[in-house]
Amino acid sequence: MPPVFGVLFDGFAYGMLLFLMSVGLSVTLGMMNFVNLAHCSFAMLGGYVTVTLMNTTGWPFLATLPAAFLVAAAASVVLERIFFRHFYRASDLEQCLLTIGIVFVSVAGAAYIYGTDQQPVRLPPYLLGSIHFAGLDFAIYRLFLIVTAMLITVVLAVTLETTRFGAKVRAAVNNQRMARGLGINVDGLFAVTFALGSGLAGLGGALAIAMIGLDPSFALTYLIYVLIVVSVGGLGSIAGSFAAAMLLGVSDIAGKYYVPAVGAFLIYLVMIVLLMWRPTGLFGRR
Amino acid sequence: MSEGALAARGVNKSFGSLIVAADVELILPPGMRYALIGPNGAGKTTLINLMTGMLAPDSGQIFLGPDDITALPPHERVRRGLVRTFQISTLFPHLTALESVTLAVCERRQVARTWWNRLTAYSDEIDEAYDILSALTLGPVCHRLTRELAYGQQRLLEIALALAAKPKVLLLDEPAAGVPRGESRELFAAIAGLSRDITVLFIEHDMDLVFRFASRVIVMVGGRVLVEGTPAEIAADPQVRAVYLGKARHGAAP
Amino acid sequence: MTSETIAGPHEFLRDQIRWRWSEIAFWLATLLPFVLAPDYLVLASQIAITALFVLSLDLILGFSGIVSLGHAAYFGVGAYTAGLLSAKLGWGEPLTGLLAAAIAAGIFGYLTSFIIARFRHLALIMITLGIGLVLQEAANSVSWLTGGFDGLQGVHTWPIFGRLRFDLYGYTAYSYSLAGLFIIFLIARRIIHSPFGLALRGIRENGLRMPAIGAPTRTHIRTIYTIAAIIAGIAGAMLTQTTETVSLEALGFQRSADVLVMLILGGTGRLYGGLIGAAVYMVARDQFSGLNPQYWYFWIGLLLIAVVMLLPNGILGGLENLARRVRGKP
Repeated sequence: MPPVFGVLFDGFAYGMLLFLMSVGLSVTLGMMNFVNLAHCSFAMLGGYVTVTLMNTTGWPFLATLPAAFLVAAAASVVLERIFFRHFYRASDLEQCLLTIGIVFVSVAGAAYIYGTDQQPVRLPPYLLGSIHFAGLDFAIYRLFLIVTAMLITVVLAVTLETTRFGAKVRAAVNNQRMARGLGINVDGLFAVTFALGSGLAGLGGALAIAMIGLDPSFALTYLIYVLIVVSVGGLGSIAGSFAAAMLLGVSDIAGKYYVPAVGAFLIYLVMIVLLMWRPTGLFGRR
Repeated sequence: MSEGALAARGVNKSFGSLIVAADVELILPPGMRYALIGPNGAGKTTLINLMTGMLAPDSGQIFLGPDDITALPPHERVRRGLVRTFQISTLFPHLTALESVTLAVCERRQVARTWWNRLTAYSDEIDEAYDILSALTLGPVCHRLTRELAYGQQRLLEIALALAAKPKVLLLDEPAAGVPRGESRELFAAIAGLSRDITVLFIEHDMDLVFRFASRVIVMVGGRVLVEGTPAEIAADPQVRAVYLGKARHGAAP
Repeated sequence: MTSETIAGPHEFLRDQIRWRWSEIAFWLATLLPFVLAPDYLVLASQIAITALFVLSLDLILGFSGIVSLGHAAYFGVGAYTAGLLSAKLGWGEPLTGLLAAAIAAGIFGYLTSFIIARFRHLALIMITLGIGLVLQEAANSVSWLTGGFDGLQGVHTWPIFGRLRFDLYGYTAYSYSLAGLFIIFLIARRIIHSPFGLALRGIRENGLRMPAIGAPTRTHIRTIYTIAAIIAGIAGAMLTQTTETVSLEALGFQRSADVLVMLILGGTGRLYGGLIGAAVYMVARDQFSGLNPQYWYFWIGLLLIAVVMLLPNGILGGLENLARRVRGKP
């Protein structure tokens, strides 16, 4: 089997991670048009929660995942109540600046508490190693990542399509004014969706440690990738985020493997070209 | 086929399964005052968007005089004299009324691209802007920021901006929307006072005003033109009455 | 409410654009460092150069409403043009170096302006970010040419007019950069007070209404974006010439973000806001330069939050509000 399958596998795993970290931002941006650049701070928070719980209190890795989700969700509720909700009708610029300010503070805070080194995480033995199949090694952790993320994606899709909550979310993303007119409590809905999205980001951050590492600059470094996924995928679209995350994940890994000199470059160019072709994203509203 | 000042021929537009314009045929003879009425969601504003180029039709053509303008971008159409106002005031909040209208005049005269001369050097443009504002009773408040103007004054400024573009065809989207009864008469008097060189189409819900200022009325429902005629004919038309059941204020001919 | 008599439309507009005493005082004050702080002239020249860069961003962000997260790209192009001219081609004459930088940055700005003018909102922000990042990566990948993060070696700036040497004391550097800032400021001021400047503000205030009054919005945006790129390029070249070095951080995301912070801090759309923001930020950074960079960004983060929540129009906006309240107006 040619190495391209290995690249695809890794790209897929990376893409799933990006999806988990981006989907929340895409939905909240689509619903309230609130540019939350601090979204990856929640991912970073989730990562640090996992690290702290494992290293300080000896929790098993899998148990820390729900905790990462909950803590990130809770933190987002606090920030939303204190800061964000005053800015839903503010300009793009003001929202950017407010949330960039929060990112800076979170990055500095993480550096202060945890230092600037990469955080090690000791995965449980059953997640280590790899499966040998058809001439290639498939890392078990990445399989785990893919499976977990797919499960979550399915849950998200089902929730969105079949539940009342999901219907309300879709309505609010589609046309906020009309949704309000129909009596949907958009503000409350947004708070819940925001918390869920941030929680997912936190979960993504926790899962990311073993694949892409964790240090205080995480909130900024991956913000750029998340923004690319969201803008290319289209605001408010889960399918869009999924497609864009896969595209980005595979392009990035493939670029770094096949043309390392141009590697980082490639995704920015791909993003620019895709945005020029579809300014509101692949699945965005026109 | 006689040529109108503005014409829409076979215009279609839909968003997925939502049809907002279905085979619309419309000709506005020069100098006439037309009213476009219909229930909410009938596609009236959409039609204006299609004719001004803010929305591209799925099929059909738009003509300004003899010229096919379907492919022209919005600002080009304005250059050729097709001008509109907005139902929700679309103004420049932090510009004064004088600056807003002066800007419109400068754009029309194609001097807005000069960055090396002071604005104050363009006294003709400033005079013209001030004259337009004065004619609409906004002279005394021209130095006020747009956001500080009263709502009725803002609606007048909407029209001032449109007039600054020296329109041949003027599309007014609910010009009196939200303006109290007493003030809207002045608004429409201003429009009635418009030169007969300008062809006017206005969307209105207030039948009082429609009957007062329009010589012909077009009724749209569900993206289609239902019927067209004089105000008296429309008032008597049973189809129109059915559409407006409960909303009509004038039933019999005046 | 007091009754206000206005002299007439012409007088009103003239009054809006006349030189204020505060402006004259400001420019006189820029001469003070020569007398009061001669040890800090090198810092002063850095501030003047940065102020010029912030000014160029104000033209597109504050006046035209184009949010750019990649404006350092043009600064960097100018910086590297001047640097390469000297280091690789041995031509260190400063004024022609500025001209070359202006042309290079202008061409790059003009070409990218075609992309920029077509988009708004998130797509625009992302594209500006993308352009900056692409350029940064591209410059990094040709580090044999650009010197990478270590910087270009061998930049040597010749004396101005063959007489005024750049030395360690910064006297020439500050004179040079201040003169450049002032001259370009005058040009920017004229642009703002021209019909074109009015059109830019129209685009910022309501992008939807502009085509409805017949304005070729994209053409206007391309013009100002190119002008802003030229100014940013000149600022970049000045930095290279006065410090005799240039590295990748000249076109990095950090620089794009910093210039944005400075402009917001001072107040957008006021020309002087950017200058004041640059001065305050750079002086503060110099004072706290001993601080761990992590902590610096902690305070900048808090500052950003505070500015957005309490002083949305920056320092200058806050001062204007104060002045208005003191004068008793609403």
